[in-house]
Formats: sequence, structure tokens, C-alpha cells
Amino acid sequence: MIYLDNSGTTNPHPEVLKSFQEVSTRFFANPSSIHQLGGETEKLLIKSRQQAAKLLSVHEDEIIFTSGGTEGNNTAIKGIALQHQGRGKHIITTEIEHPSVYEACKSLESLGFEVTYLPVNQNGVVSVKDVTEAIRKDTILISIMHVNNEIGSIQPIQEIGQLAKKYPKLFFHVDHVQGLGKVPLTLENSGIDLCSMSGHKIHGLKGTGILYCRRGVKLFPLFHGGEQERMIRSGTENLAGVVSFVKALRLIKEREVNDGDKLRQLHQYLAAELEKIDFVQLNSPANSAPHIVNFSIPGLKPEVMIHTLGKQGTYISTKSACSSKSLDESRIVKACGYSSERAKSALRVSLTYDNTMDEIKIFLKQLKEALSQLKEVME
Amino acid sequence: MEYDHILIRYGELALKGKNRKSFVEKLQQNIRHKLQEFENVKVKRTQGRMFVLLNGHDPHEVLEKCKNIFGIHSFSLAIKVENDLEKIKEAALYALKNGENIKTFKVTVKRIDKSFPIRSQELNQILGGHLLSNTEDYTVDVHHPDIDVKVEIRQEATYITSSIIRGSGGLPVGTSGKTLLLLSGGIDSPVAGYLAMKRGVEIEAIHFHSPPFTSDRAKQKVIDLAEKLTSYGSKINVHVVPFTKLQQKIFQETPDNYGMTVMRRMMLRISERVCQKEGILSMTTGENLGQVASQTMTSMYTINEVTNYPILRPLITMDKDEIIEISKKIDTFDISIRPYEDCCTIFVPKAPKTKPKRDRVNYYESNYDYEELIQEAIDGIEVIEISEKKRAEDVFEGLF
Repeated sequence: MIYLDNSGTTNPHPEVLKSFQEVSTRFFANPSSIHQLGGETEKLLIKSRQQAAKLLSVHEDEIIFTSGGTEGNNTAIKGIALQHQGRGKHIITTEIEHPSVYEACKSLESLGFEVTYLPVNQNGVVSVKDVTEAIRKDTILISIMHVNNEIGSIQPIQEIGQLAKKYPKLFFHVDHVQGLGKVPLTLENSGIDLCSMSGHKIHGLKGTGILYCRRGVKLFPLFHGGEQERMIRSGTENLAGVVSFVKALRLIKEREVNDGDKLRQLHQYLAAELEKIDFVQLNSPANSAPHIVNFSIPGLKPEVMIHTLGKQGTYISTKSACSSKSLDESRIVKACGYSSERAKSALRVSLTYDNTMDEIKIFLKQLKEALSQLKEVME
Repeated sequence: MEYDHILIRYGELALKGKNRKSFVEKLQQNIRHKLQEFENVKVKRTQGRMFVLLNGHDPHEVLEKCKNIFGIHSFSLAIKVENDLEKIKEAALYALKNGENIKTFKVTVKRIDKSFPIRSQELNQILGGHLLSNTEDYTVDVHHPDIDVKVEIRQEATYITSSIIRGSGGLPVGTSGKTLLLLSGGIDSPVAGYLAMKRGVEIEAIHFHSPPFTSDRAKQKVIDLAEKLTSYGSKINVHVVPFTKLQQKIFQETPDNYGMTVMRRMMLRISERVCQKEGILSMTTGENLGQVASQTMTSMYTINEVTNYPILRPLITMDKDEIIEISKKIDTFDISIRPYEDCCTIFVPKAPKTKPKRDRVNYYESNYDYEELIQEAIDGIEVIEISEKKRAEDVFEGLF
């Protein structure tokens, strides 16, 4: 099997599973229970928070454990909107956000919020100037992703963070789900108030994640109840999930340092080789994140290619898994200014540190073979 | 080329006359202890200077650790090179380029080794010229430069240093004797401990534990607080006193509004005996004038009656927000606000006396002979040694 859909999800690391199982067995008590067993699990929860804070260079109380990216994004966006609507009802985001940001913003429009969706250039990057010009007196939130999930474009988060700092009344949220472990992002002193991360994109487990919530930032909670996680996210803590996430985070950070160059080489090779193939049009920009390559084969339905490769045990995806059930046109590729034809036929290859050069070569060979067979049916 | 030294300055220490030598030695020892985890790091002293030799370790990681060591006034990262003009030029350029947010600079040459052939003034100009011609966007400002590239030519080598980074100040922990810190688990007492350490005091801690009225988590909180404090000094012994029986008896035998006063006096009596046993010469509390009933002037006068030992009260005149600010800075705040009852919050009467009288409290204490219970509490003390190294919780090993 050659698995090249790592932006869809990754396979959990065996060490991560081991931690999950061990914590589930040994520390199953409710951390809020006041008996000794509860005390033990609470200690482990505190320890996990410390470790996570250390790995991300933030304060312990800035870590909110969540069920993943969608929850993090919804909690941040709706939480700010509902908590601070007295200050204003204007939100700024981009046209290329993940559905969990995009649709969350849409839902707020129905509640009377006004949302500005900023365009991107052909490289899939939003301009800082556009962000600056979009800021109004009643703007309360800017939500912009770090790495785009479909084409891998990297947004100028640092500059936007510095910009956001000048407006103490608005908050800045970053969807860091695709960037985590692949493209470094500093949280400390960055102007970032909120930042979502997900476990299953970094060889952790589904249902795990973190929302970074800077000290002093208040959110209206989506879940009310037992006041866990600074009252932002009530519900008995998924301690096994939490510990497994922290482990996955440590492991991916190590690989980012040790194997970053290898991944970049692989990515460069893949992009360069794809570009040489007839019919293939590269949608990812030259300086994209090191794990995503998006390309179109105009005239060919992407499912056909997915299934052809799938039969041989090679797995790639059309646009993002999260939106592949909806309409057949990629909103993201379209937003980069490409034709409908191109947006309809986009395919995504997404890598992880475990992928090898051999796998890439086999994939390229299979792709070329499939193309020569399918050429006839292409309009 | 890379920074390979950290130059350490110890401002106040320099004033300490004959004691200076022992202060400096203590500081060196503390730095060595703190940097243990960096295998190849060496701490050296030469002619009134202290250097950390990095030997390949990341300067910024080592620097972060050093920032918590009391007795250090300031640091600079430094490069050591041979007394050779080309090498000096190269190092000066590195120092300039590695500064953050730098627009203007100046060069200061000190030629301690007079056998070096180029005189200070001339070398200033040579180096300034070299820096300007090899960089863009920098200008010279001799009055208020963003960075002062200091070049010190000594017999053995030349040191090039740049920005000055502030240290924690204070005196090296261990040069001012030892104190017994009354550590409850609240916000104030760890801050008091920290401030005592800042003046060079080594600490042991005492905690009054009243199970089952106070839980293991309250005790764990105190251990976690002590652990945080170890990062500013060395290991800390926590004396956990089993206080239940005595505390219950006090509240049985004393009228409601005087219970707290008697309890505080008992705590001081027990603390004094621990001091005697351990050869400790003072106690430290987080008391803060007027904050609660036990901390009014009258209360302190009445409670203090039972001991002759000096009681250090570093927070005595601070405002609560000042204390909270420090507790956040030293990272104890989050631990302190964990919501578990400690021995000071259980059995608290609705209206404790804010002006307890010495004669009244002595009279109430004569109701019962507490000596046996005091002795029992002291005999039952559990001493927990907390050292920075023993951080990893064994039970959780491997999970992360």
C-alpha cells in the first residue's frame, strides 16, 4: 500500500496507541472525582498540559484540549463572536478556509454577523494589504488558516499577527491543523489569540486536539456543563486521548527537526516530475507546504483516477476529504483564479515523514500508465 | 562561528568585602548545579569574571536556565578568539549580525594586554569600518547604540560580547543561611519563599496537613509549589506535619473566634522546634499586613508571642495584585489557584477575631495541655526531599 492521503488523515503511531491503551486501562477515573484515583488522573492531566505547553512554548493555562480541528475552529470563531458581539459584529476570513471555518462563519451570518471573505492570489495566498483594508471599527475577529489543506499554500500569519496586535479590540484565530508538524508557527508574542490543532493529522488519534487560547481571551463556550478546560469546554476529559495527543505532538516535533529536509526533497521531486507530465497542471504554488501537492488533469473526472490508482493500492484524494462529498468543484482551486474545468479535476497528494522516494516513483509510474490508458476517454 | 561563552556579571557581589570570595564560589557552585543537564558545559572564573563555556550546547537554552539563578546581575553572550586581528574582525561581525532589532551600533575596545600591537582607538576605527563595509542598513551611533560590540583583549584571548541581558539579581542562594518557609498552598507563601531566596536564603518548607479534612491533592499542590521553587535554588525539604488531631482539639477547646489565633500559635511552636532540630535560624511566611484576620497588626503581635525566632515577611507591605504579578512571573499562580482546601481554610470560624488579645489567648490555651499532641505531630513529620532533577513522575513514565 502506498498511502498518500496524509492531509486527510494519518495512520496512528504505534507509540501513540500504546499510550492511549495504557492510560485507558490504568487511569480511567474521572479527574474531577475527589477520591485518590481521581487525584492520580488529575495529576496526569496536569502533567499532560505542562508537556503540551512546553512543546508549544506557551503557558499551561492556554491549552484547551478538544476533540480536534473542527471543534477548535468552531469554538474559537463562535466563541469570540458570541462573547464579544457587543463590540461589533464583523468578521474577516478568506475564501480558502476549511469548511469548519467557512461554514462556521456562514452560520454566523444567519445570526446577523457580517463576514468579509478575502480573495487570494493565484498562489493561494491572501494579501496583508487586503486584510488591513478590511479591518473596520466593528471587526472583532480575523480567522485565517496557516497552511491551506487543499493546495498547501502558506499564509503570511506572522505579518497578519503583527497587524492584529495594533488592534487590541479584535482577536486573531489561526487554523493550524495542516501546518502543525510541517511548517513551524510561533505562538508566543505572535499576535495570535487562538490557534486550532488536530491530533489525527500528526499520527495521533481521531477525536483529539488542542485549541490554544491566549491568556485573557474570553470565549462563549459551545459546551456548558462541568466547567472543565477553563469552562470553555465542559465534558469529562478524554485523558487517554489527551496523553496520546501530547505524545503524537512530541514525536511529530522531533520528526519535523530530523526529517524536514527529507520531506522537502521528496516534495520538490514530486512536484517537478508531475509538471513534466502532459495533461497535468500543478495547482500548488512553488513555495507551498512540504507535504501537499495539488494538480489537475482537465477533462478527467478525479474519481476515475482515484479508483484506478486505488485498485493498485495507491491512495490519493480529490480536494479535501472534508468537502469531497459536496459539489464537484474545488472552492479553493477556483478561488486561486483557475477555470472551472481545472477546479473540477483537482487531485491532491499529501505526504508524511514516512513516505519514501520509492513510493513516489511507483506512484508517478502508475499515474503515467493510468493517464495513457484513460487518454482515450478524456474529452 | 558561534557564541561559545556566556559572560556572567555579578554586580552587587562585588561590594561584599572579605566575604566576596565565598559569595563568588557559591554562585559558581549554584550555576554548575543548575547547568548539570548540559554535559559539556564548564563554569570558570578568571580575574573577577565568570564564564560559562558552552562547548557546543545551544547558548539560548543555557541562557534560559541561567536567568533563574540569583546573584547574577547580567549576562552577555561572548565569542572567544585568538588575539588576531582577522579573527577579531570576524567575531565582531558575527556579534553584530546576530543581534535582534538592531539598527545602530558602536564598538568599544579594551586592550588589557598591552602587548597587542594595535591600540584601542585605532582598533575601534578598524573594526567599525569593517562592520560598516560588510553590512547594509546599520549605522554607527556612539551615544545610544542598539548594540555595543565590546572587544576585550586579554593575555590569554580576546572576548567579543554584545547585548547585555538582565539576570535575576539578588544574592546566590545559600549565602544568607537557611529559613523555614510556612507553605500553605495559597498564592502568597510561594512568593514569600521566592523573595527570601532572592536574598540568598536557602529554604526548607513546612506544611500542615489535616487528612481527611484536607486531601492528598492539597499536599500534592504543596509539593508542586516546592518543585517550582527549586528552579530558583537547590533542593527543598518539605516537612509535612500531621496536624489533624491537634487542630481538632484546638477548635474543640477554644471559643470560636479565637480558634484561628491558637492554631497559628501552634503552627509557630511546631515550626520553631523544626528550626531547632534542623539548625535553621528563621521562619518565613507569606503574611501581608491587613490581608486577613490573622494578619492584622494586633494578630501578629499576639501570634508572634510564642517564638523568639526572626520571622521574615517579604510580602508584608505589598498589595495583593503585586503579589499575584510575581506569582505569575515565577509560575506558581496556576498551581496556587487549584481549588483544594488547606489547613488554613478548614474549621475557619465565621468571624475570627481581628484583634485577639495576648492575655485572652493565653488563658484559652491553658484550658488544655497540648504538649503531648504537639510532640505527636512533630514525631509524625514526613520529610519529602524535592529536587529539580527528580521531576519526571515515575508512574507516568513513557506515556509522553
